[in-house]
Amino acid sequence: MSAETGALVGDSAVLEATALPALIQALRDEGYEVIGPTARDGAIVFSEYGPADSLPVGYEDSQEGGRYRLIKTAGRRVFDYVVGPKSLKEWFWPPRQPLWTARRGGRGSYTIDPPDPKVAPRRAFVGVRACDLAAMAVNDRTFDNGDFADPAYLKRRDNAIFISVDCARPAATCFCASMNTGPRSSSGFDLALTELEDADTHVFLVRIGTEAGAKVVARVPHRLSVESDLERARAVVTQAVARMERSMVPGIDALLKRNFTHPRWTTVAERCLSCGNCTMVCPTCFCSDVKDHTSLTGDVTTRVRSWDSCFTLDHSYVHGGALRQSRMSRYRQWMTHKLSSWWDQFGVSGCTGCGRCITWCPVGIDITEEARAIAEGDLTQAAE
Amino acid sequence: MAGARKPRLAVHKFASCDGCQLTLLDCEDQLLDVVGEIEIAYFLEATRQEIRGPYDVSLVEGSITTAHDIERVRRVRAQSKMLIAIGSCATAGGVQALRNTADIDALARAVYPNPEYFQTLTTSTAIQDHVKVDFELRGCPISREQLIEVVSAYLTRRKPNIPNYSQCMECKQAGTVCVMVAHGTPCLGPVTQAGCGNVCPSCERGCYGCFGPKEKANAKSLARWFEGSLGLSGRQTHDLYRTFNAGAPAFCEVGLAAIGEKTDETVAEVTR
Repeated sequence: MSAETGALVGDSAVLEATALPALIQALRDEGYEVIGPTARDGAIVFSEYGPADSLPVGYEDSQEGGRYRLIKTAGRRVFDYVVGPKSLKEWFWPPRQPLWTARRGGRGSYTIDPPDPKVAPRRAFVGVRACDLAAMAVNDRTFDNGDFADPAYLKRRDNAIFISVDCARPAATCFCASMNTGPRSSSGFDLALTELEDADTHVFLVRIGTEAGAKVVARVPHRLSVESDLERARAVVTQAVARMERSMVPGIDALLKRNFTHPRWTTVAERCLSCGNCTMVCPTCFCSDVKDHTSLTGDVTTRVRSWDSCFTLDHSYVHGGALRQSRMSRYRQWMTHKLSSWWDQFGVSGCTGCGRCITWCPVGIDITEEARAIAEGDLTQAAE
Repeated sequence: MAGARKPRLAVHKFASCDGCQLTLLDCEDQLLDVVGEIEIAYFLEATRQEIRGPYDVSLVEGSITTAHDIERVRRVRAQSKMLIAIGSCATAGGVQALRNTADIDALARAVYPNPEYFQTLTTSTAIQDHVKVDFELRGCPISREQLIEVVSAYLTRRKPNIPNYSQCMECKQAGTVCVMVAHGTPCLGPVTQAGCGNVCPSCERGCYGCFGPKEKANAKSLARWFEGSLGLSGRQTHDLYRTFNAGAPAFCEVGLAAIGEKTDETVAEVTR
């Protein structure tokens, strides 16, 4: 395989699985910090790669409501796990972000340190999935929507590239096909990989989405794809769609709007722990809290923005008390915002079908099952 | 604040292990800042010097287990502008609140050769069951960072940033992989208030619930999951819920129910 094919944006290349470390190195050579999947503490999580780190090989995940297990296989396949508990969001709006620090000077004066970050690092996110890309598209509307733009988010976003993978093996909790977000990466990637493996070959089809992606491919031994490679890649995606077990009921946005008093909300509230896990693992949940932290001497104050959740009592605190006291009202707020009022607010669904909220709910509450239960007992049928 | 008198702080102890008040001495780098801003007027663990009340702030550790305690905590309250209860003992009766649901006479006979010399209440209860408490700092022991935060907030006259949400919020923000979902380890994190700094789950242990129930804790649902999906016995569920916050109503009730015992009226009373 040669490195001088002149592959351009829109082209597809093929590289041997043995060239993956070279791909990672090419990203470093292009000046990116590499963030990729890592097997740690019994799960696949995104983390920063050190100089010696590379993609984990031979792992599968088993996911169900409230249950995740990482399994080491004897195989050579690289991407047979799907999403873990971490989404990309912590790299774009960190769990705890100092906004500014004020320092008291002499004679009533003070200074304010400028907001963070001054310069965002160039980062390459490897092994992200179509649902992660879809989530970034959702997040772009949250953090830059005409009314409001978050400069820290935008700086980080501008310096990020995404090397995605089309999922060959969905988890039991995945429902991206019904949300039209996957399992094939359709936009938002710089490079999109499809793992093609049989008894004789183990290669990756690489679709080139951007100039930045093309530059990386040029550094790695590859050949241009032929029709049979594309055929194989299509088959991988078709098979993944066929294997997907869960789906979101159609018309969920309107369904939830007319079922605000559905008895199912009470049923789910008996199970819901209001622990906030679903919102923490959700790749698009963006709620935050802003608090001032003062030093003991009172000379330094830092204003910090940290992740919050609509499942916390204080999240709905206004003058006089918290609006959403009950777990019922908190779960309903989350689900209706995610699947319904997000459309009104941002013109898109807040859910990408990644299934993280199902897996990482400590008691296995399944958003697709809740949606179905509401659909089955639809209080008022939609007007024709 | 040149010339202004520094606020006076007192540390009082009731039935407890002293671990929480030692947290104050454990402030290390920030201890000098603490004593720079406040006058430690009464803190027997640190100094024999006793400055008489009234105090601006009293940190109260320990639970109320004797009639004498009740009188003393009332005096503490009367001498304190602000009273902060610190630790599981002071906020929920501590591990010793297990006595609230046991036969106290049988316990006394088992422990003391001459139980007739031993006088105690039948219950171990929180400070706020007896006097008005201005703020509760949870934990077994309390967190140093939270203690400093409460003192800083007091000094700058602002509300302390002490979240009452779940331990899971802390785990996820720290990037800790969930030990219950990923390993099947029973964990009280989803029903426990955050604040410890994610100590046990980050060492692949389930949360022991040291910080007590979070607001609106759904201990019942989690108990169902322990028994239905993780295969715990009712006894194991009970034992998980009834440790350092054994007397906290949300934990006590579900713990007792797991072994087929009901919270009787006395317990309901003492556990509020």
